Amino acid sequence: MSNLINILQYQFIERAIIAGLFLGVVCAVMGVFLVLRKMSLIGDGLAHISFGAIAIGLVFGFYPLVIALPLVIIASLLIYALTRNHIIEGDAIIGILASLGLAIGVILSSIATGFNVDIFSYLFGNILAITQQELNFVIIGSIIIITILILFYQEFMAISFNPEQAKISGIPVTILDILFSIITAITVIMSVKLAGALLVSALIILSASSSLQVAKSFQNTILFTILFALISIIIGIAISLIINIPTGATIVTVNAAIFFFILLIKLLKSNQ
Amino acid sequence: MKNPIISIRDLSVEFNNIKVLDNINLDIYQEDFIGIAGPNGAGKSTLIKTLLNLNNYTGEIKLWDMPLNKFKNWNYIGYLPQSLNQYSHQFPATVEEIVSLGLISSLTWPRILDTKSIKKVNDILNELEINNLAKTSIHDLSGGQRQRVWLAKALVSQPKVLILDEPTNALDPEIRKVFYQQITTLYKKGVAIILITHDTSDIGNYAKKLLLLDNKVIFWGEFGDICNSKEMSNYFGEEAKHIICHQHE
Repeated sequence: MSNLINILQYQFIERAIIAGLFLGVVCAVMGVFLVLRKMSLIGDGLAHISFGAIAIGLVFGFYPLVIALPLVIIASLLIYALTRNHIIEGDAIIGILASLGLAIGVILSSIATGFNVDIFSYLFGNILAITQQELNFVIIGSIIIITILILFYQEFMAISFNPEQAKISGIPVTILDILFSIITAITVIMSVKLAGALLVSALIILSASSSLQVAKSFQNTILFTILFALISIIIGIAISLIINIPTGATIVTVNAAIFFFILLIKLLKSNQ
Repeated sequence: MKNPIISIRDLSVEFNNIKVLDNINLDIYQEDFIGIAGPNGAGKSTLIKTLLNLNNYTGEIKLWDMPLNKFKNWNYIGYLPQSLNQYSHQFPATVEEIVSLGLISSLTWPRILDTKSIKKVNDILNELEINNLAKTSIHDLSGGQRQRVWLAKALVSQPKVLILDEPTNALDPEIRKVFYQQITTLYKKGVAIILITHDTSDIGNYAKKLLLLDNKVIFWGEFGDICNSKEMSNYFGEEAKHIICHQHE
């Protein structure tokens, strides 16, 4: 225990905890809207795209997130535009762009040398390596996204319930869908360093899915999802530090354990 | 003569080069209770969705004298679609949360529910006698209770016209009767009603005008004018008078 307290005094651990708490809240709340809109897979797709985009940044010597952010936002808007106009099914275009992103990342990491350690920290996540600059990006990005979600809470709730009814209520559904695509892309980019491109979607889906099993109201769904995310982040970081295992994967495992525990209780209750 | 609240001129709608609505002309007034009938694929729901600005169209639609693309007062219209149950399948919400969504059209941004809005929600729940369900999850309701919640959502913004698309599908006869009594009460209070239903006897029982669609207007007018018409017998057979107009010799 005293070891853990000593560890917590390191600045890089402080940065990891602060980033984890901000990202946990943002991913969880975004997850509620994405799961309800049957867009859970978009997190996975955009994370894979971000892997390719980050590789491009590293190869050409740019700060990777500077390249990844616009590219992932463009990909997110492209997915929205193509699926909205029924040109291609959503899961198909997500699959295509995700595979392309991953393929670009693999090719660039094989032909370029010297940045493999960096690129793999984005693939598997390494929140303990988060820099002060990246932490600032996470804090500012999180505050912007949470502010948008608060200001458009009723609108996003109405669109998640029934987009057609939302449109009839005079809500500018297309504009808000575009805004939502952009903040989804920012959420994914911010989270890649925490969980890695392979596990970002778990951060987005798991807390929301746990919450949807227990909450009876929309407001409680949001509150429970934040609670489950914060518990997963705090316990996940603590376990990973104590037994020295990867932090992002531990957070996701704790999150999944909460989900399956709730599911088990629910199944047992329904069989009584 | 008062101005119509809904005015439709030369309206046509096409999907994939198939004309679903062809040259529709209608005027709907505040004092109307209209029943819309027609076979499957006749364009009934398409007509309503076009009025609600959800479809592309040719022709002219005016709502309260305002061209459809410039119309902003969506709180004037309450809409109860036929597919709401399917949308609510996974959605976690209480009755009061769902009903408060109906207020969005009358709120200005940022759309935060104030005490006045909360009172409106409570009032409509009281009026429809479901105030005891306010904190209940919509998944814990019976079919009849859920239908009242959808109705409360459509009515909470105090609309001038209520559009109902197959509202009593899957309701048992007793609940159906209560539902139509509530609709009739609203009509008497001055709310115009547009009712789509497959059940032509419901239209005969409650509506004052009939719009019979089959991609184009087959009949449009007062029941009294229509019941004895030749077109009616051609379309519904000789039983029409009994089934729709409730005229028994």
